This record gives sequence, structure tokens and C-alpha cells, in this order.
Amino acid sequence: MTDDALGRGQAEQAGPVHYEIRGDLKLIADMIAPGSRVLDVGCGDGALLTHLVKNLDVDGRGIELSQAGVNATVAQGLSVVQGDADTDLADYPTQAFDYVVLSQTLQATRNPKQVVSDLVRIGAKAIVSFPNFGYWQVRWKLLLGGRMPRTGILGEDWYKTQNIHLCTILDFIDLCRDLGIVIERGISVNPQGRATGFSNSGWAANLFGEQAVFLLSSKNS
Amino acid sequence: MKHTPQAPSVADADSSGFSVELGTDRPMRLDCGVDLGPFTVAYQTYGELNADKSNAVLVCHALSGDQFVASTHPNTGKPGWWHILIGPGRPLDPAHHHIICANVLGGCMGTTGPASIDPATGEPYGVNFPVITIADMVRAQARLLDHLGIDKLFCVIGGSMGGMQVLQWASMFPDRMHTAVPIAAAARHSAQNIGFHEVGRQAIMADPDWHGGNYAAKDVSPSRGLAVARMAAHITYLSEAALRRKFGRKLQDRSQITYGFEADFQVESYLRHQGMTFVERFDANSYLYLTRAMDYFDMVADHDGVLADAFTGTSVRFCVVSFTSDWLFTTSEVREIVHALNAVAADVSFVEIDTDKGHDAFLLDEPELHATLGGFLSAAAEKLGFETP
Repeated sequence: MTDDALGRGQAEQAGPVHYEIRGDLKLIADMIAPGSRVLDVGCGDGALLTHLVKNLDVDGRGIELSQAGVNATVAQGLSVVQGDADTDLADYPTQAFDYVVLSQTLQATRNPKQVVSDLVRIGAKAIVSFPNFGYWQVRWKLLLGGRMPRTGILGEDWYKTQNIHLCTILDFIDLCRDLGIVIERGISVNPQGRATGFSNSGWAANLFGEQAVFLLSSKNS
Repeated sequence: MKHTPQAPSVADADSSGFSVELGTDRPMRLDCGVDLGPFTVAYQTYGELNADKSNAVLVCHALSGDQFVASTHPNTGKPGWWHILIGPGRPLDPAHHHIICANVLGGCMGTTGPASIDPATGEPYGVNFPVITIADMVRAQARLLDHLGIDKLFCVIGGSMGGMQVLQWASMFPDRMHTAVPIAAAARHSAQNIGFHEVGRQAIMADPDWHGGNYAAKDVSPSRGLAVARMAAHITYLSEAALRRKFGRKLQDRSQITYGFEADFQVESYLRHQGMTFVERFDANSYLYLTRAMDYFDMVADHDGVLADAFTGTSVRFCVVSFTSDWLFTTSEVREIVHALNAVAADVSFVEIDTDKGHDAFLLDEPELHATLGGFLSAAAEKLGFETP
């Protein structure tokens, strides 16, 4: 099935057989079963969706805030609507997807708690990735510099950033506990892109992970 | 229909088109309760139907459109109203798609409408023609597809009133279509739009040549009323920004105002021209019936206030389009369709095209519109794996 889809993609686009994606997106993709239904919230330029649809035969949909981004991804043949995680997730029916992905977007939402509970309501599983504000370099820069830390993935000045709800890995684990959400997997990623799974308290991950990827499900499912 | 495979140019398509009598054995029950039949449907096709009949595209035309979507209009000599979208290398390509466009029920270009002869009286129907709805138009199109032996369309596409038909198609016949592309259309006609239509209808009915709708018998036509209706409507198809950019307060062939009621301003001259040319190709009673069909369109009420119920369980793939400067069908109204489709987890894409050209942008050269439609249609075709002829 996947081979067939790949073959057609290759014939149409005369491009490489495999659609390569960024390391952090690859970690997310590896959590997704081939052939499943996926909603990518904040799908950006559609890189993850393209990979999932072309390489994993996924039935993929996207929501993206930027209309220009939406138009470009629809022109690529992806099913994407303009929308906002804060306001539009409420429209989606319960358990409509196998996976709902929220990649590097949680910290920019107005109501992250509501967004996360919507994710596990809409999808059988949710995959959430975010920059970890507990990363040792962030702590170090604030402690020694006394100014809002700027690191690789948190590179913007405090007055320009979209990131209004930054959190640490431990904060996120607390939120999941409050919401009764099951953490099925947790992965921390260092700046070199090396991924480390964590299953204990998350204390070490919170210190050494520049970003985190969580696989979640609701308790009742 | 003559097609030369080596020259798939749309302009060469046979312009006389087709016409078929339907409902002879089984009349069609209209929403108003009347059984209509037999009735005639006039239509055009472009491109060959492939062997497994999987490449058929139904184009639904707007209020003032007709079946001449991609070929020279027999009355005006102008190119097809959507020639910009249909042709070699364009989103709808006769080399790949079998494109069908039928004049709507109630229209005046060959399909049965108020100007047709009522078999019961031998006279034109006039206002005795039954009031038709968007759903009735769609039923007539479905009968045409039955006649053509096409079970399932690759795509149903249209803008404005055509977009309403697309939505109605997706609601009534989801199993007869793979994809739906409603452009610049809402799931219900707004109070403002009903208001504009009423102005147009009153202009027609106030013309002494209307004769209560029986103008054909008097061998006249309410051209002045119809022209005024068209002028008012035409303003709603544009935008304030487009009018300012195109005309501003520029004067028409004069250097100063004349202190009279001639067309001093270019915008007046333009609208008068639009009105005058429209009456050459459109029937006034048809205008009454088609505007009424749009006014009555309300898929929300049809589903007890829950639009999502119109699409429950749909497997149709949607591409919904709006334009930033369209004040006839605003993005927020179009978005209601998207919300309803999300609520049933339908496969939907939604693009809003940034343009100052207003509602009529769907007919114009909007590269972003064409890029998104092209991407959507080719991805859908690839997914379905339909053969090209």
C-alpha cells in the first residue's frame, strides 16, 4: 500500500522516493501507525502531513493559523483549513481521529489546558511537542544573565515572541495529571537532536531536554 | 460532439451543445409540490469521458451564467464564463476531465424555464412556471447524469449560486460525487442578499413592459427593469475598493460635470453598459425565478438548525473557497460551512483568497485560486487513481 503510494508520488513529482522531514517531526511521525487518521493542529508548511500522507499512507488533515500557509499547503494537495487551536478544536467531534498532533504550538495558545483536553477528546491519542523551559541552558541564562533567556529554539526577544505560555516538562506532566491524561510515552530531545525516552519522574529530562515530545491518551479510552 | 484528440482546445468545442428531454416517464417532484415533466435540459461537455466513467466534472453555473462555461457564447460571442479555469494545463483540463455544464432549471438558455412553452396551454409559462429551488436544479442535474450513464462524479464545482448547488449536491447525493468545490457561496442566503434580490425583482415588475409576466404574448420585454436589476446586482459583485481603483470619480468622455442626468461618471457608464448587454442574453422572468431560488436556499433550516447534519458521514472531499473582499458571501458565512464540515470530521480544505475584486473574483484571473484548485483536484485524482483518456 505504502509502496504504491510512493510510486505514484514519485511518478507525479519526479522527486525523491522518500520525503525527508526535520528531526523533531520524525520523532512524531515514528509514533504514528501507518494508515491511520491524523489531525495536525498548527501544521505550518505541511511538512509533517506530507511525510505522513506520502510515506505512511495516512489520512491526514491540518489546521493552520496563517492563511497564506493554508493556501500553499492546499495547493500541494493537502486537506488543510485556516483555524486556531484555541477556538476551532471545539468544532471537532469526539474520537474523530486516531492521532491529533500539536507540534511546537502549545506554548503559543491562549488556553493550553483546554487545548490539551480537546486533543485527547478528538483523538484516540495525542502527540504534543514543545520547547522545554526547564532546559539547563534556559535556567543558566536566566540565573546568570538576569534576562529572558534566548536559546536555539527560543530565539526571539521577549517582546516579539508568540510564546505566551511556556512551560517545563515537569509542568506539563503536572497538567496531564490534573486533566487525568495518561502519558504513554515521553521523549526529551537535546540540541544535537538526540532523543531520550523517559519513564521516571522526568527530572533528568527536564534538565537536559531542549524540547519534549509526549504521546498522550485520555484515561477513559 | 466532435473532438479532435490532437487539438484539445476548448475554443474548438462544438458550440451548439446538447439538449435532452427528461422526466417523460417519471415526472420530477419539485419542492413546491408540482410534478414537472417532461422537461428539457440544455448542456455542454468538454473532454472525453474515460472508460470507467470516473473523470466527469459537473460545473454548476451562477445566477447570470449558463452552460457555455468554456466555449463562445452563441448570443454575445464572448468566451466561456470560466474559460480561465478550463483548458489545457488549467485546473479543469479537457485532456483529463469530462466537463459537463448544464443550464439550470428555470434558466433561459435551453433548459425548461418560465420562457418555455407550457404544454398545458401552448403558451409560455411566464409566472405560471412553478417556483423552483436550488434542490430542484440539482435534481434536474442528477436526472441528466442518469441519462448520461454517469453514476459518480469526480467533482462538482461552482461559484455563487453554483456553489449553493455544489453544497446541495453534497447533501443530497454524497454517494454520487468524490469531491465538492463550493466557491464564494453560503449555506443560506442572507437578509442583505434577499434584500438586493428584491430590489432587482421590483425593478423588473415595475417595468410596464413586464405585463404581469406575460410580456412574451405582447411581443415586448421588460428590458429597462431587467437592466436596472442587473446594475444594482453588479455593484454587489464588486467591492468598494475595486470600484475606487477602477473608476474613482473619473468622468466619462468629458472634462467636467454636465449638471444633468447623463452618465457623467465612468462608473455610471459602466453599469449602464452592464445592464444593456445583460438584457440581450437573459430573460426577465428567469431572473425572478432564479433569484427566488437563491433566497429560499437555507440548508441550516433544512436540517433543523444544525448545518453539520447535512453532511453526516460524508466521504466527499471538500475544497471551500472565499474571497476577502466578497461582501455578498463573506468569509465568516463561508466559514460556517467549514465549521459544519469539521463537526462531522469531513475531509475539508478551506482557502480564503486575498483580493479586492469582490464576489466576482471567482470568475477572474486569481492565480492563488487556480493554484489551490489545481493542487486540490490533482491530489484527489491521484488518490482515486482515475484514468485519463
